[in-house]
Amino acid sequence: MAQSSSEHRISRRALLRGTAVGAGAVALPTLLTACGGPSKEVKIGSNASDAVPRKAFAEVFKAYEKKSDKKVKVNTVDHESFQENINRYLKGTPDDVFMWFAGYRMQFFAQQGLLADISDLWDGFDGFSGALKAQSTGKDGKQYFVPYYYYPWAVFYRKSLFEQRGYEIPKTFDEYRALAKRMDKDGLDAFAFGDKDGWPAMGTFDYLNMRANGYDFHISLMAGEESWTDRKVKHVFDLWRGLMPYHQKGANGRTWQEAAQSLAQKKSGMAVFGLPHPGQQFSDADRGDLDFFPFPEIDSAYGQDAVEAPIDGFLLSKKSKKQKEAKELLKFLATPAAEEKYLIRDPNNVAVHKDASTDSYNALQKKAAGLVSGAKQISQFMDRDTRPDFASQVMIRAIQQFINDPDDIDGLTKDIESQKKTIFAAS
Amino acid sequence: MPLKTARRAGRTGPRKFTGRDLAVIGVLLGIPVLIDVALIWGPTLASIGLSFTSWDGLGDIKWVGGDNYQALFNDYPPFWPAVRNNLLWLAFLGLVATPFGLLLAVLIDRGVRFSRFYQSTIYMPVVLSLAIVGFMAQLVFSRDQGALNAVLGNEDNPVDWLGDPDLNIWMVLIAAAWRHTGYVMILYLAGLKSVDASLKEAASIDGASEAQTFFRIVLPTLRPVNVIVLVITVIEALRAFDIVYAINHGRNGLELLSVLVTDNIIGEASRIGFGSAIAVVLLTVSLGFIVTYLVQELRGEKKG
Repeated sequence: MAQSSSEHRISRRALLRGTAVGAGAVALPTLLTACGGPSKEVKIGSNASDAVPRKAFAEVFKAYEKKSDKKVKVNTVDHESFQENINRYLKGTPDDVFMWFAGYRMQFFAQQGLLADISDLWDGFDGFSGALKAQSTGKDGKQYFVPYYYYPWAVFYRKSLFEQRGYEIPKTFDEYRALAKRMDKDGLDAFAFGDKDGWPAMGTFDYLNMRANGYDFHISLMAGEESWTDRKVKHVFDLWRGLMPYHQKGANGRTWQEAAQSLAQKKSGMAVFGLPHPGQQFSDADRGDLDFFPFPEIDSAYGQDAVEAPIDGFLLSKKSKKQKEAKELLKFLATPAAEEKYLIRDPNNVAVHKDASTDSYNALQKKAAGLVSGAKQISQFMDRDTRPDFASQVMIRAIQQFINDPDDIDGLTKDIESQKKTIFAAS
Repeated sequence: MPLKTARRAGRTGPRKFTGRDLAVIGVLLGIPVLIDVALIWGPTLASIGLSFTSWDGLGDIKWVGGDNYQALFNDYPPFWPAVRNNLLWLAFLGLVATPFGLLLAVLIDRGVRFSRFYQSTIYMPVVLSLAIVGFMAQLVFSRDQGALNAVLGNEDNPVDWLGDPDLNIWMVLIAAAWRHTGYVMILYLAGLKSVDASLKEAASIDGASEAQTFFRIVLPTLRPVNVIVLVITVIEALRAFDIVYAINHGRNGLELLSVLVTDNIIGEASRIGFGSAIAVVLLTVSLGFIVTYLVQELRGEKKG
C-alpha cells in the first residue's frame, strides 16, 4: 500500500478511460447496490441467511427498536454471496452497520479506509477480554469491531464410545497419537475427515502450528511475515503426516457433513470441528452424547494456551451518514442482554461478554464458554487470519495436495512460499 | 427462387445510394455495431488492459506489466492442470461423446425398435443444466454414500471417484458427455432425416457398401450439421464450469480456466488483474478456434 514508485502507478480513471466502455461492466454492480431510502432508520447488512440465526437476529433488533424507539432495517443477503460481493458492497453504498469477522479480515478493510473508528465506544465497553479487544483492533491501534459471539474449535468425540472402549482423553500429542493408533487397531477411523469444501482441514493445521510453534509464530506466518519453507512449518506438516494413516481416507471427496455423520455413527472416533458443525449431523437423541476436548499439547512452552475461536460481530461503515444512530445501536449490541437475546435462539455459539448469562446454555455451550474464557490467545481461523486470496487460492489447494500426497513436504512448502510472495507483494 | 434470380438479374450496374439510404443504413448498422462494441469489445479490451495491472477492486490500479503472466505461467500450480483439463474436455467431447452421439443418431434413424423411446430418453439429460448434472454426479459417485460404490459393493476399500485427483476428471467427463451425447444425437437425427433417400439408393445401385455410403455420401451432405456440432462441442469444452463448480469448486484435479478466472475475480480475493490474465489466456485459445472456423466458413462460402 506504500505510495511509492509513481512511474508504475496510474490512476484508476486514466486506466478506465483507456479501456473505455468496458468500465461499465466493472461499475455496474456498484450501481446496483446504490439504492437506498432517505428514512431515519439505521440499516444493517446481514449475512445471517440461515433460518435459525436470521430469526434470532430479528428478535435482537426488535428488542432494540422497542428499547430505543428507533427504527432498524435489516438487509439479509445469502451468507456466501455476501462474502463474495463484500468488496463491491463496501465500495458502493453499504448499509450503516454490517456483520463481519474479526481479525485480519476486518483489518484489511480498516486499512482501506472503509470502516469508521469506534475507539470512543470501546472506551465505554467493559466485559470484553484483552484477546477480544486485540481481535477488534486495526493495524493502526484503533478499534473498529464490536464482537458479538464466537465458537471454539476443538476435538469432538462421542462420550459413549470412549466409555465403551475405555479411551482416555489425550492431554499431549503423544497420547493423542497413541489413542489414534489404538482406535485404528479397534477397526475405527481415528479421525473423521472431510475436506471437499477446502476449509475444514485448515482447523487442524492451525492447531498443530499453534501448539508446536506458538500463537505468535502462527499469526505472523498467516500475516505473510514468516517463510513457509521454515523448518518450523515443515515440522507441522510432518506431525500431521504422522497422523494421516489414522484419518479417514479420501478426504478430498468427502464433505464435512459426511465426516460428522461417520462420527455420529461411531465409525470414526474423533474429529476436529467448530462448535456448530458436528451437532447438526447428530440425531436429537444422540446430541447429548457429543463432547469435545481441547486440542492436545505439543510443546510444553505453549501448552494449550491458544484457542481457535472465530468471532463474528459488527462493523460501522465509514460512508454511513448516520454515525451517531449507528453507534447507539452498536453500543446496544455490545451489552450482555443483546447477546443473551441472540444465543437463546441459536445455541451453536457462545457470548463474548463476560457478564452474559450462561443459564440458557446447553452442556456443550457451557464447556465451550469455559474453553474460550480460559484462552490466553484467540486465533480466528486460517481464512480469517490471513489474506482471503492467499487462503482461498493457495492454502486450500496446498492442503488438499498434502492430503493426496503427504510425503512431498519440501516441494509443497516451496510451492506455498513462492505463491505467498506473489500474493503478499500485490498490495 | 425464380423471383429472386429474376430480380438479381435486373440489377447489374453499380447501385447508387441516396442520402436517405445512407442514413438508414448508418442507423441500422450503427446501433448493432455500437452495442457490439459496448458489450463485447469494450469488456474484452478492458480485460486485456486489466491483465497488465494489479487491482484488488478497492484501491488504486497499479501497472505491473507482464508480472501477472509471469506469475501465472511459473508460479500458479493450478494453471497448467486447468489448461490440460480444458484440452482434455475438448478431446473427450470431440472424439468420444460426439461420435457416440452420431452413432446413436444413425442407429435410431435406421429405425431400431422403440426408437422414439430411445430418442426421448437419450435427449432427456440435455434439458438439465450442467450444475444439476454435477449434483447428480455426486449422488452417484460419492465415496461413502454414492450409488455406484453401493452397487459395486466394495465397502472395505471403496473407490474415491470424485476425490481422487487422477480419477475424478474422467467421472466428470462421463457425466458431461452423458448430456452432450443427447444434444449431438438430436442434431444429427434432424440432419439425417433430411438426407435425400435417392442419394443412398443411387449409391447402393453403384455397388457401394453401407460404410462407404455413410462416409462418402451421407456424412458429406451433413456438412452444415457437422459445422454446428463442431462449434457446439468447442463452446461446451471451453465454457465448462458449472459441473465442476457444483462438485468441488473446481479444485483437486478438476481445475478449469473458467473456474480460475471466477475464483480470482469474484470474492474477497479480488485479484482482478491476475484473473483477467487468465481470462486473456482463455480468450486466446477461443480466438484460435473462432478464427479457424471463420476462415473455413468464408472459404466454403466462396466455393459455393
